[in-house]
Amino acid sequence: MENQTSYAYDIIQVCLLAGKVMLQNGGETYRVEDTMTRIADAYGAAHSNSYVTPTGIIFSIEGPEPSKTQLIRISDRTTDLDKVTKVNSISRRISSGDLSIQEAYNELYRLDKMTERYTFPKQLIAASVASGCFLIMFEGQWDDFVPAVLAGGGGFYSVTLFNRLVPIKFFSEFLASFIIGLLAVLFVTLGLGEQLDKIIIGSVMPLVPGLLITNAVRDLMAGHLISGLSKGAEAFLTAFAIGAGIALVVSFL
Amino acid sequence: MTLIAQILTSFVASAAFGLLFNAPKSSLIKGGFVGMCGWMIYYVMEASGIDVVVATVTASFFIAVISQVFAKMYRTPVIIFSVAGIIPLVPGGLAYDAMRNFVQNDYNNAINLAAKAFMISGSIAVGLVFSEVINQIIRHSTLTRRQKQ
Repeated sequence: MENQTSYAYDIIQVCLLAGKVMLQNGGETYRVEDTMTRIADAYGAAHSNSYVTPTGIIFSIEGPEPSKTQLIRISDRTTDLDKVTKVNSISRRISSGDLSIQEAYNELYRLDKMTERYTFPKQLIAASVASGCFLIMFEGQWDDFVPAVLAGGGGFYSVTLFNRLVPIKFFSEFLASFIIGLLAVLFVTLGLGEQLDKIIIGSVMPLVPGLLITNAVRDLMAGHLISGLSKGAEAFLTAFAIGAGIALVVSFL
Repeated sequence: MTLIAQILTSFVASAAFGLLFNAPKSSLIKGGFVGMCGWMIYYVMEASGIDVVVATVTASFFIAVISQVFAKMYRTPVIIFSVAGIIPLVPGGLAYDAMRNFVQNDYNNAINLAAKAFMISGSIAVGLVFSEVINQIIRHSTLTRRQKQ
């Protein structure tokens, strides 16, 4: 009896860790629930319930003994698709019976602690080039390409820098978009750029919460009402921060 | 000429976003391809005078279909390909315009633009969900056929 209880808690631990890593790195709500249920199923807990919101997960397993429930808190969220992929492949291996509970927990724990990202210069180049490309896609002129690249790069650089200095996301996004607006106005007044609006829209794109907005609507449709609403609120806050930062510059014109 | 520029920039922009989202290296080119297809569908439809919402639904539907095919081929989550592909369609410009009008006290314009941005992001989601539903129906029907045999 004693052994069985601790076994159920082990299963919950593995499921929660997998769910946490996925949710923190941008996995969709339904995928997180699905993965946790599958893992529990593979370890022999056929009846499990999960409640997933962007800020926490509650997971419980029912069995012959009283059902057991645990909670995990999620405080910061980023987008790291590499980790989502790796959790997915770990859960596949669990389902096919290749991993014991202890092995699975160790691998997930290592994955959670790991920080394997593209180097910052690479990200900076990607954000800058993407800004320039968005300018062209939104029917800007090629003359404005370089200003958009520079403004977008400056914006991305400052959002990363401010994120390190101030832990409040709203503030760093506000400051970054303020800097983008400043750079864009500077380029236009110097005669390097032509269309202020297009340059700003292009360079703001790496900051815009496009993914969040779409995921929010999708969660709402899938019936994850709480997740959908809270993701929508997060997206709205970000959009507001960006708009306010730009507006501060524009109102000085 | 503009078409070539659009193809090129949408490919690069989607791949770059894949990098920002830390997608695995091998999926960057594929993500760029998905984004390029989606944007070209949207661009051509919009240029030929079709409503933006309809164009967005169609484009996001095809993005999801291509992503699902890729996901099945490479045994990875769909999100890796679809995220990068959707980014060009997202009404970031509209949302920005709306916010700018809000803070400049031009509420009428702002509400207009915000409603439009909401409609477009809703239609992206509809396209995604629609293709998912079809995918599930196909999978379900092949499963039941196999069970009958």
